[in-house]
Parts: sequence; structure tokens; C-alpha cells
Amino acid sequence: MQCCVCKEKPATVHLTQIVGDKMQKLDLCEECAKAKGFNDPTNFGMADQMLGLGASLELDSAATGMELKCPRCGFSQADFKKSGRLGCPECYRTFAEGLSGLLKTMHKGTRHVGKAPEALRQSRDNVDRLKVLQKKLSKAVEDENYESAASLRDEIKLLGGAAAKIR
Amino acid sequence: MKDIHTFLCSAAESTQRHGPHDRIVMSSRVRLARNLREFSFPGWAKKPERVKVLETVLPAVSALPEMSDSFAEAMDNLTALDKQLLVERHLISREHAAKSVGSGLVVNRAETFSVMINEEDHLRMQALRPGFQTREAWQAVDKFDSALEKKLNFAFDNELGYLTACPTNIGTGIRVSAMLHLPGLVLSEQINPIVQSVNKLGLAVRGLYGEGTEALGNVFQVSNQMTLGESETVIVERLEKVLSQIIEHEENARQTLMEKKPKVVFNHIGRAYGILANAHSISSKETMNLLSFLRLGVDMDLFPGTQRSLVDELFLMTQPAHLQKQLSDKLSAEERDLVRADMVRERLKNVNRPVVKPSGSAAN
Repeated sequence: MQCCVCKEKPATVHLTQIVGDKMQKLDLCEECAKAKGFNDPTNFGMADQMLGLGASLELDSAATGMELKCPRCGFSQADFKKSGRLGCPECYRTFAEGLSGLLKTMHKGTRHVGKAPEALRQSRDNVDRLKVLQKKLSKAVEDENYESAASLRDEIKLLGGAAAKIR
Repeated sequence: MKDIHTFLCSAAESTQRHGPHDRIVMSSRVRLARNLREFSFPGWAKKPERVKVLETVLPAVSALPEMSDSFAEAMDNLTALDKQLLVERHLISREHAAKSVGSGLVVNRAETFSVMINEEDHLRMQALRPGFQTREAWQAVDKFDSALEKKLNFAFDNELGYLTACPTNIGTGIRVSAMLHLPGLVLSEQINPIVQSVNKLGLAVRGLYGEGTEALGNVFQVSNQMTLGESETVIVERLEKVLSQIIEHEENARQTLMEKKPKVVFNHIGRAYGILANAHSISSKETMNLLSFLRLGVDMDLFPGTQRSLVDELFLMTQPAHLQKQLSDKLSAEERDLVRADMVRERLKNVNRPVVKPSGSAAN
């Protein structure tokens, strides 16, 4: 895949953004990404990272002529740059890509550990459990251990998951 | 409508609330940030949307058993003086005091629970306890939150946890904090290295009124900063550990000061007493800084017969809104300084000069 800016070097930096219900992709080579200020994720201070989010957005809008906006509340990345706060819960999905680096610098981890609303706790546990079972299942299939694979498949079915891997 | 002035207990009564280690840990609190799934965050929502959130949240919060005896009001129905009073009691943030239409407050009479509606997030609920009781505060607010989630649809994501307006609060949405009186560490000039090492542990040290405020009266707030990637219990336990260490350092600093530099200690306490007991005009800032040394003197048994609660009461009563509240006329800052000095002199009339040789166990 070629860099969409210089159209010469191979693209190694990939950005995805969703505008409305359309997905747009940007593929850059190292140098163009650096020139646009979107590179070297290890070297970001927190303030830079804040700006980094803005920079990646600016980069997107420069390339597409459109600014990424939350489809639900209309909040844009420029707004985030101004206030450091988001518009609505949905914004976390809209700006997920830009935010993930930021969250990494701010927090201990990137995945929530701890309390969840009771109503979701069950399904949350199920999701975790399903992931583990799916992994075990592919391992069992790989090892041609069909007996345990069958029982794993049944267990996954019970939890409401799709055990598509074995026929 | 209830009047917040008459609803809350007097400053004197509020200083009768005691908890473990309260000679150093003035209070503990745990706050949780929550938002409703279907609405924009307060900072981005338009007025009608904020009003709708307030109308949804306020009755739900008020109906909780913990809030059976509570004060629930929209912020636009409170005067500037009401709001300042609430800030001085640490029941709302300064940011919330600046809010008006579409924001609200529910606080119970015991001042153990306070919920800010449409501050930075739709809900900022906090449990407050006197002394070192961070764990108890967490258990209380956890229960409160569990009861509330049955009525309100909180924004929660399986990966990111509770979603908040600012990414710094995402995940658990928890802030565990304690207010510490640390005159020993300040006098012995150990406070800066301690603040630095506490910062290194990912904890914040702030002033009396939280973010961006100075440490008036040698009062510091220590709290967690990271909210994602660790469970509430882990965060509470880490803070507990650090707080215990700070308490230990403060006790050691006081003891060492008395052994090695008793004159420095007596000088500060004696001067503080001298000014407070004799001044005819004094600012709230100076009052707080001097009261801190008076409090230290009480802790060190230099004022036999004087209770710490008298100092704590003055600490609260001399702050601008609490002072203004007792007066019928609206006073300027200069006039308040005169009234403040009169009040402090009057209250210290029966407090004798500090003894030089401490009596009792604090002598060693």
C-alpha cells in the first residue's frame, strides 16, 4: 500500500475515522506521518498527547476536507482541543482512536477493572468467560482434541456465544 | 423552599463530628463520577437538556434512604452567599458554585452524602466522613451508587468503564481523598519532598479547596489521579497506605521539632496566639494560617483545657461566607476583617497564653 500523501513510499501509519456513517482511511508513510506531526507514540508527554489528538484530527481534516464529528452530539475534535472534555458518552466511540494513546498516558491501564452496573455485570462476566472459552476451543481444535472441543462448544452455546469454529 | 443556612448544623456542631486520627486527618471523602447514557455531558449540553437531566436525577437521588433528610435544590435558586457557604463546608466544588440554571445539589443534614448534579459530569456523588475513614466512605458511596443505578441508566462501556466528560476520570470515576493538617511537616520543611514522593506514586496533593487552590492553614488534600485500569479497592488501599505514612511522618516531625527546635515551635504558636487574641483587623487567610498553629498548640498540650473543636469552629466561622452569614448587613472585605478579629478575640478570651513546658504525655 502506498502513502496517500507522497504516493511514493509504502504506507506504515494507518488512520481510520468515521464521519457520520462513513468510514475513511488514511495511509501514510513514516516520513509523511512525521511531517504531519503524527508519529513516535513513545515520545508523547501528556500535554503533547492532548495536542496529538488534535493533530491527528487536523491531519484527517486536511486530507479529507472534513472534520471528525460525533454523530450523536456534534462534538468535534477542535472542541476537545479547546476544553479537554468530551461532548457525550458516544464521543468515546467516535474519537476512540485518538483517545487510546491519551488514556494510556493518563492511566494505569486502558481497560476498566472494578465496579460495573449490576445489570451489565452478568453480561460483562459472560463476555470475559466467552473469550476464555473461545481460546480454549481453538486450542483444542488445533490439538485435535475433539472431545474437549465438543464440550467447550456446548458451554459456549449455553452462554449464548457462537461456536462457529468446529463443524 | 428550605434555607441552606438553617438546614445545615452550626459550625460548632459540625466540629463535634469525630473520627480516627482526626488530629491530622480532618476528613475523608470518596466521590464517584457518573453520567446518563442518553444525554450530552453538562459542558456540551444545551440548557433544555441540562434541565432535563436535573429533573431526572434530582428526584432519584432525593428518594434514596440516605437522603431522607436532605436539602435538594436547583443552583439558580441559591444565592452567591449560599453557594460560598457550601464551598466552605466542602459540600460542593468551587466549579459547582459557579453553576446556575440546569445544575443542582442534594445534601443530607448529617453532611455524610452530597451529590452535585451537572457539575462537570451529570452526577458527582460523594460520601464524606470525619477523620481517617476512606474505606468507610468508599463502602458508603458504593452502596449509594448501587441503589441509584437501579433508577438511572449510567453510561458504561465494557472496555472503558464509566464514561465521564473528562478522560482523566474514566473507568471507575473514583476520587478518594483526605484532608490533612500538616503543620509539623511544613515547619520542619519536609513538606516539599513528601509532596514530590506522593506525586511520584500517582497521587495529587492540593490545597484546602481542591484543584488550583493554595494550602491555607497548612491543610493539604491528597487524592488519586488515575481512575482506569485499577479497581476501586486497589485505589482505596493504596491511598490508605500513603495516608498512614504521611500521618506517621507528621507525628515524627512534631516530635522531632519539640526535641530539637522547641523554640521554633513555641515561637510560632505563641505569635499565632498573640495576634489572634489581640488583633483588631485580620484577613481570613491570615486567620487560617495562624489558627493552624493554634491547633498544633492544642495537639501538643500547650493550651491545657482548650479543645481542638474550638479551633476547628473558628477555622470555619472566620471564612467569608460563614462570617457574613452571622451578620444582618452585607459587609465589605475590610469591614469583615474587623468583625472577624472581634469574634476571634472574643472566643479566645478564656484561652490562656500557651504554656512553655508542655504538660502531660506530649512532653516527650
